[in-house]
Amino acid sequence: MKALVCVKRVIDYNVRIRVKTDKSGVEKDNVKMSMNPFDEIAVEEAVRLKEKGIVTEIVILSIGLESSQETIRTGLAMGGDRGILIKSPDEDIDPLNIGKIIKKVCDKENPDLIILGKQAIDDDCNQTGQILATLLKYPQATFASKVEKNTDDTLNVTREVDGGLETIKVKIPCVVTTDLRLNEPRYASLPNIMKAKQKKIDILDINELSLDLKKRVEILEVNDPPERKPGIVVPDIDSLVNKLKNEAKIL
Amino acid sequence: MKTLVIVEHNNESIKQTTYSTITAASKISDEAYALILGHNLSTAVDELKKSNHLKKIYFVDKEDLGKPIAENFCDEIIKFLKDKDFTHVFTPSSTFGKNLSPKIATELDVQQISDITNILDGHTFERPIYAGNAIAKVKSNDPIKVVTVRSTCFEPCKLDSNVDVENISSELSTNESVNFVNYDESKSDRPELTSAKIIISGGRGLQNGDNFKLLEGIADKLGAAMGASRAAVDAGFVPNDWQVGQTGKIVAPDLYIAVGISGAIQHIAGIKDSKFIVCINKDEEAPIFKFSDFGLVADLFEALPVLEKKLQ
Ligand SMILES: Cc1cc2nc3c(=O)[nH]c(=O)nc-3n(C[C@H](O)[C@H](O)[C@H](O)COP(=O)(O)OP(=O)(O)OC[C@H]3O[C@@H](n4cnc5c(N)ncnc54)[C@H](O)[C@@H]3O)c2cc1C
Repeated sequence: MKALVCVKRVIDYNVRIRVKTDKSGVEKDNVKMSMNPFDEIAVEEAVRLKEKGIVTEIVILSIGLESSQETIRTGLAMGGDRGILIKSPDEDIDPLNIGKIIKKVCDKENPDLIILGKQAIDDDCNQTGQILATLLKYPQATFASKVEKNTDDTLNVTREVDGGLETIKVKIPCVVTTDLRLNEPRYASLPNIMKAKQKKIDILDINELSLDLKKRVEILEVNDPPERKPGIVVPDIDSLVNKLKNEAKIL
Repeated sequence: MKTLVIVEHNNESIKQTTYSTITAASKISDEAYALILGHNLSTAVDELKKSNHLKKIYFVDKEDLGKPIAENFCDEIIKFLKDKDFTHVFTPSSTFGKNLSPKIATELDVQQISDITNILDGHTFERPIYAGNAIAKVKSNDPIKVVTVRSTCFEPCKLDSNVDVENISSELSTNESVNFVNYDESKSDRPELTSAKIIISGGRGLQNGDNFKLLEGIADKLGAAMGASRAAVDAGFVPNDWQVGQTGKIVAPDLYIAVGISGAIQHIAGIKDSKFIVCINKDEEAPIFKFSDFGLVADLFEALPVLEKKLQ
């Protein structure tokens, strides 16, 4: 079984986000970038499936600036076999267009499993897996917290839904999106980081795909969120209860 | 402009998220309609009929739709939309909606807009990005706007109408490639997190699942829902559906009490719209104090039993 893992380069989750003064977006210069944490979980899951002998090859795909190669290398150091970068001068690509690009890659690579994070922590859209599954007409198993291969060509996937846990059975080929509790991604060892440098990354220009990728949604401006007014530290529980009764009028 | 609301329910009752989404739809125009898909829907439809703002309710009642399999729901919705002139399709931004709505948009070849928190006009919306650390104002150029709605940002609609309903028959076959296996619902007598007026949440500071009993007594007295940080869920103290935050549930109660929670941005993302935030933490440097209206620096194991007593 061949796995395609899609990874996105995003601002590291520990970085304090600053909105640009011209409201055009958020500050990305000299900011630490990392692989989207949910995609890390997707890479880890593919590697575990390979260690179990279920997956035979792992292809790591990223779409973005030249620098996204680093993100692909991270995936290769974790256990990916080879990489594909679709290079784009513009990072802000609508998820629908990302879906169309990944589909194009799938048409050539024919993966049995496409696995990716349920959302990217930059635009928080939570769409790409669902879009891709629809374009490919493959079943989708989103928000996965457990993935098990059955003896036939199906997966049982447990999904984190609002009211609890739902398990569905999907036929391969399929699309799986990962939730936080699926696994804990490994750190790449130094020897594996060195080995990853030798692994192949194919680079394609986005314009070579001959897709109509016109933008559907414009970002008019990006603003700071409304600030909460500063609160106070109360000295003891009596004053806390008192504040809740008399100021918040809740109790 | 004409909006279709996709109804979230459990075949018996309507989820609160739906009522908030109806309110959002009513801000587009007074042409709001609802579509409910499921099985044995009569009580759910009777409940939905009371919703204000709706012109009409369409329903498809079929055994195959008894479980919310996104592929089957999407096929029905696309078929339904074919001979209609809806300009907007709104779904709650719950796991149900997030799973389904991008599929509807893709079938229509439009770009879905996720998790809107404000409607500026028929094609301009606000939505949080970067875990709510920035708010994007976005404009859709697509002919149909397919949108998921953050329910905590819109009041639920009133329930004193009597809306017309229309039964839609369907002969669509179900998708063979995906099958429902099991639903492990976490049952609770407490209010639902996303619509609760008061929430008390515990974090890693609680140390284990047993210690959440310290929060239970208080939750009982306040009629509160219970939540948790990711660290508490990951450690297995409490079930996953208790997680509040960027990637868990977004909540906006009148009062949110965070106990033994440090206040990581991903947690704050889920609670920022609460009216009052209270924290109990022994570390006065914890970031949660910056977001709290009232903070108490204390060891939670000492403070909670006292607080429970004082609430008598
Ligand atoms: C992609 C991504 C998504 C995430 N999504 C979420 C999310 O949706 N929700 C979420 O919550 N987190 C999320 N996180 C995790 C988040 O970054 C934090 O790790 C997590 O919120 C920390 O949980 P905590 O506050 O319980 O634990 P800690 O940060 O360990 O805080 C424990 C707190 O308890 C206090 N404490 C300890 N003992 C006591 C005591 N006896 N009395 C009083 N106080 C005490 C400590 O002072 C400390 O402040 C996400 C992270 C990533 C990378």
